[in-house]
Amino acid sequence: MDPLHQFQINPILQIVIAGYDVSFTNSALFMVVAVALIYALLVFGMSGRALVPGRLQSAAEMFYEFVANMVRDNAGHDARPYFPFVFAIFMFVLFGNLVGMIPFTFTFTSHIIVTFTLAATVFVFVTVLALMKHGLHFFSFFMPHGAPIALAPILIPIEVISYLMRPVSLSIRLFANMMAGHTMLKVFAGFTILMISGLGALGLFVGLVPIAINVALTGFEFLVAFLQAYVFSILTCLYIRDALELH
Amino acid sequence: MPNLLAKRRLVRWSGAAGASLATLTVLAGNVLAATAEHAPDAAAHGGEHAGGLPQLNPATFPTQIFWLALTFITLYYLLSKKALPRVAEVLEERQERISRDLSKAASLKEEAEAVMAQVDKSLAGARSEAQALIAQVAAEIDANNQARQAKLNADIADRLRTAEANIAAAKEQALANVRSVAADVARDVAGRVAGVDIDTAQAEAAVAAVIEERR
Repeated sequence: MDPLHQFQINPILQIVIAGYDVSFTNSALFMVVAVALIYALLVFGMSGRALVPGRLQSAAEMFYEFVANMVRDNAGHDARPYFPFVFAIFMFVLFGNLVGMIPFTFTFTSHIIVTFTLAATVFVFVTVLALMKHGLHFFSFFMPHGAPIALAPILIPIEVISYLMRPVSLSIRLFANMMAGHTMLKVFAGFTILMISGLGALGLFVGLVPIAINVALTGFEFLVAFLQAYVFSILTCLYIRDALELH
Repeated sequence: MPNLLAKRRLVRWSGAAGASLATLTVLAGNVLAATAEHAPDAAAHGGEHAGGLPQLNPATFPTQIFWLALTFITLYYLLSKKALPRVAEVLEERQERISRDLSKAASLKEEAEAVMAQVDKSLAGARSEAQALIAQVAAEIDANNQARQAKLNADIADRLRTAEANIAAAKEQALANVRSVAADVARDVAGRVAGVDIDTAQAEAAVAAVIEERR
């Protein structure tokens, strides 16, 4: 009945490496499932290499072109080499969210440490990219063009902080959305059980109301699952553009 | 060589991505393990742990980061090395095929237009030829008709002349007969009425004189 119980990490196989507990958990299981599904979709989908694609191939091509367009439109043409990175991020988050919609599965994107690690990866990647491309000139990014020098003491800290906050906002947005949505589903489902156990026969009817709400919420959650994956990857694209162009 | 260059860059960046994730994993793992030590068995047995968000239990951080790094790097490797090039290849192939078909269609269309122009040209040629032929035949027929008409006219005139001559001759003949008959009648009348016997020559002379008189 605890709506937060679904976020519990349960070890399946105890593994300790160099003193760290890196047990294979339910979270890890669904990461593996997500990766397997993504790979299966792309490899089996494209195995026909048909000129006129079938259903699965259409889906694979759709994902490919969707992300390719996103990278081209938001990160620019120079960002082509980083397309696989953005694609991996998008698919990993999307499949993490979607697989989590199946009852009794685990939504690994609802854990802040997972989303934060992903966001931090993006952050480090983008920063390293910018440093390699522009060298020390990268730090001019923190002083907006055309701003009076007198404002530098105020502007630079603001820009630095906003830059450093990127992984935080990126990770919290995804984590909070997924956690809130899944908690809400559980809470409403819990209402039904409470009503049935509390009100008896009447509860059977009144209990339908939260179920109806849950049906709508489930549809909404699918939207959120897609939208958050989209937002995560589109922000990655924008950060890559910043790194490539600096302004 | 741009393809090769792009590939090399891709490899470099895949390395950068992997390295950044790995570094981060180790760093975060260190920090988190340290925090986890302060809250020892709070989370090792997650199921019994009550209260608070499971997400904020640092004891579960190392395993999640570890498996995230492992799965995400695997995914990145599989995608960039195997799956995505394959999709790109198929899409490129299709694009190529479409543009090839389009250009083929355009050239075929051009060819068809050329053939059409040729057909139009030969059709016009045939038409003018036919026109000329018709005009020629018409002129020939016309000339032929005129010649026959002229011949017919000549023939008719000829026959007319012959007939007129015949008629004149017949008339002459008839007149001559009339004289001899008239002379006979005159002799006969004179013999019966006056009882005078006139010889033929006299009667003829008298008739001729009268005819001459009446003419």
